[in-house]
Amino acid sequence: MSLLEVKNLRVEFPTRRGTLVALDDVSFAIAPGEVLGVVGESGAGKSMTGAAIIGLLEPPGRIAGGQILLEGRRIDNLPYEQMRRIRGREIGAIFQDPLTTLNPLYTVGRQLVETMTTHLPIGPGEARERAIGWLEQVGIPAARERIDSYPHEFSGGMRQRVVIALALCAEPKLIVADEPTTALDVSIQAQVIALLKRLAREKGTAMMLVTHDMGVIAETADRVAVMYAGRIAEIGPVREVVKHANHPYSQGLMASIPPLDRRVERLQQIEGAMPRLSAIPKGCAYNPRCPHAFDRCQTERPDLMPAGRTEAACWLHAEGSAR
Amino acid sequence: MTPMLETQDVARHFDVSRPLIQRLLAREGRRTLRAVDGVSFAIPKGSTLSLVGESGCGKSTVARLVVGLYPPTRGRVLFDGQDLAAARADRRQRSRMQMIFQDPYASLNPRWRVADIIAEPIRAFGLIEGRAAQMERVGELLTQVGLSPLDGQKYPHEFSGGQRQRISIARALSSNPEFLVCDEPTSALDVSVQAQILNLMKELQARLGLTYLFISHNLAVVRQVSDRIGVMYLGRLVELAPAETLFTTPRHPYTRALMEAIPDLEMTGRARTPVGGEVPSPISPPSGCAFHPRCPLANARCKAEAPRMLPAGEAQVACHAVEEGRAAA
Repeated sequence: MSLLEVKNLRVEFPTRRGTLVALDDVSFAIAPGEVLGVVGESGAGKSMTGAAIIGLLEPPGRIAGGQILLEGRRIDNLPYEQMRRIRGREIGAIFQDPLTTLNPLYTVGRQLVETMTTHLPIGPGEARERAIGWLEQVGIPAARERIDSYPHEFSGGMRQRVVIALALCAEPKLIVADEPTTALDVSIQAQVIALLKRLAREKGTAMMLVTHDMGVIAETADRVAVMYAGRIAEIGPVREVVKHANHPYSQGLMASIPPLDRRVERLQQIEGAMPRLSAIPKGCAYNPRCPHAFDRCQTERPDLMPAGRTEAACWLHAEGSAR
Repeated sequence: MTPMLETQDVARHFDVSRPLIQRLLAREGRRTLRAVDGVSFAIPKGSTLSLVGESGCGKSTVARLVVGLYPPTRGRVLFDGQDLAAARADRRQRSRMQMIFQDPYASLNPRWRVADIIAEPIRAFGLIEGRAAQMERVGELLTQVGLSPLDGQKYPHEFSGGQRQRISIARALSSNPEFLVCDEPTSALDVSVQAQILNLMKELQARLGLTYLFISHNLAVVRQVSDRIGVMYLGRLVELAPAETLFTTPRHPYTRALMEAIPDLEMTGRARTPVGGEVPSPISPPSGCAFHPRCPLANARCKAEAPRMLPAGEAQVACHAVEEGRAAA
């Protein structure tokens, strides 16, 4: 059974000029121990999906339809207090900026201990021992001495390790990581990715990894979902999506990444820009930029359908469609 | 031919001491941050030199030094053979260099119309008289960067990040510069937009014969745009080489570590060895070679003696291990 199941999720933002649909009909599942990468341009809805799952949508955003199920139990309609218990205990969150995640007034140790005593049936003494263990596991040298340091006494890379320890310490089944390595330098980024991968494998933790960095996804994820204008354009095994994408948008996105191993005279680019939420085109949202668009794309919105070894929301892959 | 820009052992130090009273109470001396500490390179006309490195390596400080936003603490910057300070005193010389910044949200005045933003350098340098003629030139510039002349009447908030960066480029081009300093021009953009901007910059270079100093932390981007690449670490160049040479035969252990660390699309499922440790503080850099605490090839000499830039094939490398032949190719 899937650990997390998102079914037809719809998130709306009521504004004075009408309701904006930020997420529309988003469905996917994550199995225990699996890493699902979520990619897309800014504004595509990837962070919004993560925020909806951990129940931290910023008002006035609200879930207007669909369900989120954790181990078969609905969590999208829980009261605040109940959701707060799930967050931390069952779902851990890692955000981009470690400085805003950590409380600057408390020592790192106190934040870890508090998280564990809140969510696990253990006392402060044992929690402190475990906190030291976690800091060692995430690769903080001299953890026993550094546990009583404040967040500002750590460097950026070390701080993000602390955040990871904090997300993991209550042993959640699912981690939602939103751009966990974006604020870090490449050499530190590599260390943090290796760490996340190892921990997911060892503890069997499932992870939803939101990032715009395809390199990170290629290294870390098992499956990947490509989002465009609030919907999933394509979802499938990471190798397939990276190498043999079936949706024209995923193809364009992959082709526009500058290659590291050679120089090209001209990078492939996708013409135009992603539409604003207030002006999403009729039919397939990608049709104005799509080199393969035909009549049906302009009138009818495609749902995910099997395409090669992935699923793509694209009429090119419909039964009996002219290709 | 005289290079467009040359730096000779240029350095920039910042005083980061605590206030006098606190210093006296704590009995500590002044503290100096050596953001850039002796960097020499030359950029031939019409070519692109890129500087890469991690945050805090001093690459953005170099960008600011070469356009004169900071005066150097030591060394010289020559713009077209002329001392930079003298060149900047002359308006005509100053209009020959422009800068593009990383954040297109912060670098455009939100209260000005785009046409006025782009026309500002034209007016400041007194290049074109008369509003009608100025607006005609603005229209040309907007077309040149792939926007519509009508966009000049809009405000920056009406544009996406990529379009704003196009506006920044149009503004930089408005004084007909020959030399552009681009400080992470695509780091704030999505990849599909990044491709558009990089293509645009390459087209403009070919069409207008521009010289670029390109600052980036992204090696894949740098490979696409550069003729030569300098790798910086803690305020110094550790390797300077033609772009293709750097990628085919990286010599400095830090260059190799950087390349090894980049997550690559080809590496699906492959494990790799990350570089250990972090960039040390430039306030108290390690003795000798600044990279030695993280370097797999470090020995006693590396701890004691700072390496100098020495030729190695087509490249210049500052590394004792490379000099002594200890770094296997």
